[in-house]
Amino acid sequence: MRRLEARELVIDVPGRPAGRALGVCVEPGQMWGVLGPNGAGKTTLLHTLAGLRAPRRGEVRLDGRPLAALKRRQVARQLGLIFQERHDGFPATVRETALIGRHPYLSPWQMEGAEELRLAEAALERLDVAHLAERLVSTLSGGERQRLAIATVLTQAPAIWLADEPTNHLDLHHQAGVMALLAEQAAEGCAVLMCLHDLNLAARWCDHLLLLYPDGEACWGPAEAMLVPEVLERLYGQRLATAWVDGAPVFVPVR
Amino acid sequence: MTALIRPLGALALSALAALVLSVALGSVTLPPDEILAALGGQGEALSRTLILELRLPRSLAAFAVGGLLAVAGALMQVLLRNPLADPYVLGLSGGASVGALMAMLAGLGSVLVSGSAFVGALVSTLLVFGLAHGRGGWTPARLLLTGVVVAAGWGAVITLMLAVSPADRLPGMLYWLMGDLSYAGTPWPPLVLLAIVCLLAVPLGRNLNVLARGAMQAAALGVSVRRLEWGLYLAASALTAMAVTTAGSIGFVGLVVPHMLRLLLGNDQRLILPACALAGGTLLLLADTLARIMIAPEQLPVGVITALLGVPTFLYLLYRSQ
Repeated sequence: MRRLEARELVIDVPGRPAGRALGVCVEPGQMWGVLGPNGAGKTTLLHTLAGLRAPRRGEVRLDGRPLAALKRRQVARQLGLIFQERHDGFPATVRETALIGRHPYLSPWQMEGAEELRLAEAALERLDVAHLAERLVSTLSGGERQRLAIATVLTQAPAIWLADEPTNHLDLHHQAGVMALLAEQAAEGCAVLMCLHDLNLAARWCDHLLLLYPDGEACWGPAEAMLVPEVLERLYGQRLATAWVDGAPVFVPVR
Repeated sequence: MTALIRPLGALALSALAALVLSVALGSVTLPPDEILAALGGQGEALSRTLILELRLPRSLAAFAVGGLLAVAGALMQVLLRNPLADPYVLGLSGGASVGALMAMLAGLGSVLVSGSAFVGALVSTLLVFGLAHGRGGWTPARLLLTGVVVAAGWGAVITLMLAVSPADRLPGMLYWLMGDLSYAGTPWPPLVLLAIVCLLAVPLGRNLNVLARGAMQAAALGVSVRRLEWGLYLAASALTAMAVTTAGSIGFVGLVVPHMLRLLLGNDQRLILPACALAGGTLLLLADTLARIMIAPEQLPVGVITALLGVPTFLYLLYRSQ
């Protein structure tokens, strides 16, 4: 059971005033969504929470210990990050790519063994890309790559999941599949936080929301409290019409 | 593990065959039984001297230098996430040569010449990486362009130094620039360095595999990226400096060999790095043998042969990589 805590955290977006310091704690079992317009700093926040970027102020704590004081390897055993952007340097197969999720667990002299292979295969199976195992990553479609990236983090099996637009490039069926996977991880005791473009996916799946405004303002709390049309209209600068479908609010832009 | 042993075994065998070939061929061709006898301390005194004191050290030096250059190239390619990186193209060899020539001009001993070459390689790498990095990270085009321009700059400095150096120092300095193994001397320092690097490649290889997928991804998977990148940078510079001090500036081995091996064996650095050592060594061994026998008894600088092989390969790669 791991928790990720942002204490008085101000992310470092160049040329922006500090805005409101974040005091968010992502507890095991919670599924957080980060919403905000383009350029609000969602990705920067995610990278800061993962310890890949230094904050302007404040700190991130993993289980009460400052992230900056931990070794990257220790962090990687507990925290996984699905990146939004990926670039492939050298050709690699889908299976090899999923296998690197085991990197933080293996000692330098250890080769990937049957156990690692089993975990990678299971993750590929779960994300519906097992049939592509031998293919080169560079030959995959955007959606297939996205699922592979998620499968790599599933192979990593972290207790804390950070996901940057996990449903990017995915068709509707796989969007639902990925959200269900993340919800399942949360139900098993993982702490999950994801940036989302799609307000309705967040409304449907997330139990907590963090709204980031372009000027550095922010508010956060349980999803019901955040999903207020006036607040969301101000967030996106877009008038919204609200309906209730299947037990969740649906927001549609007003023409 | 068997996936590592089979290709490496095959490469080791071909390296051995190339070694035998290079010792046997030359102005006087020696049959295999005479080579074996000489290695066992028997046979004619003349052929024993020829083999043990002339051909074998030179062949071993050629092997070591080729291996070092190929491994240095492979390391830089991982460091820059770019298959076109190579110590020669990026101006490292040029920097090392300038360092070495400066020490020679000052009349310093061979240890200081090596040290100076190392510093030259380091300075050159820093210059290229620093200038090409800019704000947005290394893009292939900017990196190559910077490397090529810096290499050209080193070329000008080299020409200037040759122009002002006293005539008695010129021959020693010229050998550097053509890449020639006839002055190689003892092959042991580069061979030992090569062996150490290959041993380190196995435990560090998976880190490199992860780094090849991007710095952020590697950091997210537990690699201390900054430390690893500095290590790679220093290692590539050290290997290049050692190769250049042994045999002068020899181009394109570091580019061609890793690329070919990646096509054949995939991208696991735990396999690619030792394979580069073996294949790079074999390539330079064969190139040096060619250089010795093509217009025998005259010799060609081996750098000419590798450039003749390397330039078309490089252009082909550039042409294919959009």
